[in-house]
Amino acid sequence: MQQDWFMFILSAIIVNNILLIRFLGNCPFLGVTTAMDSALGMSAACIFVNVLSGVLCWIFQKAVLDTLGLEYLQTLAFILIIAGLVQFVEMVVQKVSPALYRALGIYLPLITTNCMIFGVAVLNIREDHDFIHTVVYSLATALGFSLAMVIMAGIRERMLIARIPKLLDGVPLGLITAGMIGLTFYALAGIS
Amino acid sequence: MGPIITAVAAMGALGLGLSVVLGVASKVFYVYVDPRITQVADVLPGANCGGCGYAGCSDCAAAMVEGKAPVNACKAGGASVAQAVAGVLGVSAVAAEREVARIFCKGDNTRAERKFQYMGINDCRAAMLVSSGDKSCGYGCLGLGTCVANCPFGALSMGEDGLPRVDDEKCTACGTCVKVCPRHIPRVIPVSQKAASLCSSHDVGKLVKEICEAGCLGCGLCKKACPEKAIEVVKFLSVVDTAKCNGCGKCFEKCPTGIMQSLVFTVV
Repeated sequence: MQQDWFMFILSAIIVNNILLIRFLGNCPFLGVTTAMDSALGMSAACIFVNVLSGVLCWIFQKAVLDTLGLEYLQTLAFILIIAGLVQFVEMVVQKVSPALYRALGIYLPLITTNCMIFGVAVLNIREDHDFIHTVVYSLATALGFSLAMVIMAGIRERMLIARIPKLLDGVPLGLITAGMIGLTFYALAGIS
Repeated sequence: MGPIITAVAAMGALGLGLSVVLGVASKVFYVYVDPRITQVADVLPGANCGGCGYAGCSDCAAAMVEGKAPVNACKAGGASVAQAVAGVLGVSAVAAEREVARIFCKGDNTRAERKFQYMGINDCRAAMLVSSGDKSCGYGCLGLGTCVANCPFGALSMGEDGLPRVDDEKCTACGTCVKVCPRHIPRVIPVSQKAASLCSSHDVGKLVKEICEAGCLGCGLCKKACPEKAIEVVKFLSVVDTAKCNGCGKCFEKCPTGIMQSLVFTVV
């Protein structure tokens, strides 16, 4: 049993890393990894929202869509839930914790359009997770996302002082780096 | 018809539910944001240079509105921005003196010696990691242009002699170059300063003479020549007191290496 959970979490974080293996949520992966601070801020915001949205979408799927036979509306419903949730979280955080809002504030609206959040919500349903698995999977996936973000930010901070040919500077080299990190993660694909 | 009605009803209910929740939340969790903050942020330059000491222009605007920062806190914007901010906030602006960055080193490629040939990453901070830089002088400009690359206003350029040049018109005295320079060679000085010893070396005169033709020896001839007693020698480096100096120029004649110079600014 413990072995199962260990493999489940390890798979979500590393073996099936959401960014590097599934290629979901690549906009922030390239957009906000130019500095470690913003990468950490984005990661924290993503972990927070991912767990909430994963759980809410799962509940909505089981309670409404499945019972009414409206599975085909999944995409539409999940997008609505995620967009509403992010707005709600932003308002609550701004009121309850101004300090947290200053740290996460600018990243929260960006999350609305983060493919990872939606991807995880759908994967939870598609892989037939029960409630506990949904919570753990959402959390572990977001941790995997953070791991990839931190690795990328670390490498890109080094790139700032490296001599880079003009034609590769910026996004091109970012994409090449992302591909290389992805390849190294593929080496673990056999574990699960 | 059945499935269509269920679908419309379910999605309608979801949409309605979310909008009610958000509507209630916007009332319950309403946070008052001073509209003046956006107004002030609009008149600030928006370069987010950090010269004011805040995280960015909007942060500085918030501090100005709260009265934690003076209206002229934005160094980059200068007097015109201070005036605009004062207009928004309804207070009178105190004109701040214009400041400009100056490079406190005259040891160019021909006049200063190098210990070895550095062939690493083209950045002064990286060069500092290799036995504290390739220049024999431990205080002089390394000339790799980290300040030039980091200037948010494009006011710095690298001269052919290996020393950066400051474009006074573009320089806003934000202090970014001072922060990024591993040796803090650039310094932000008021345009009213008339003379300065353009050297940063605290080495003793004998050593300076061996490694650089353009270093301050700390001999104190300028101090003796100064009728206003505006010059102090601090650890083998002459420092001019802006308040006392009247720019008479007696020290320029006496300086054996010629680094005590009159400062010429193209802005006022």
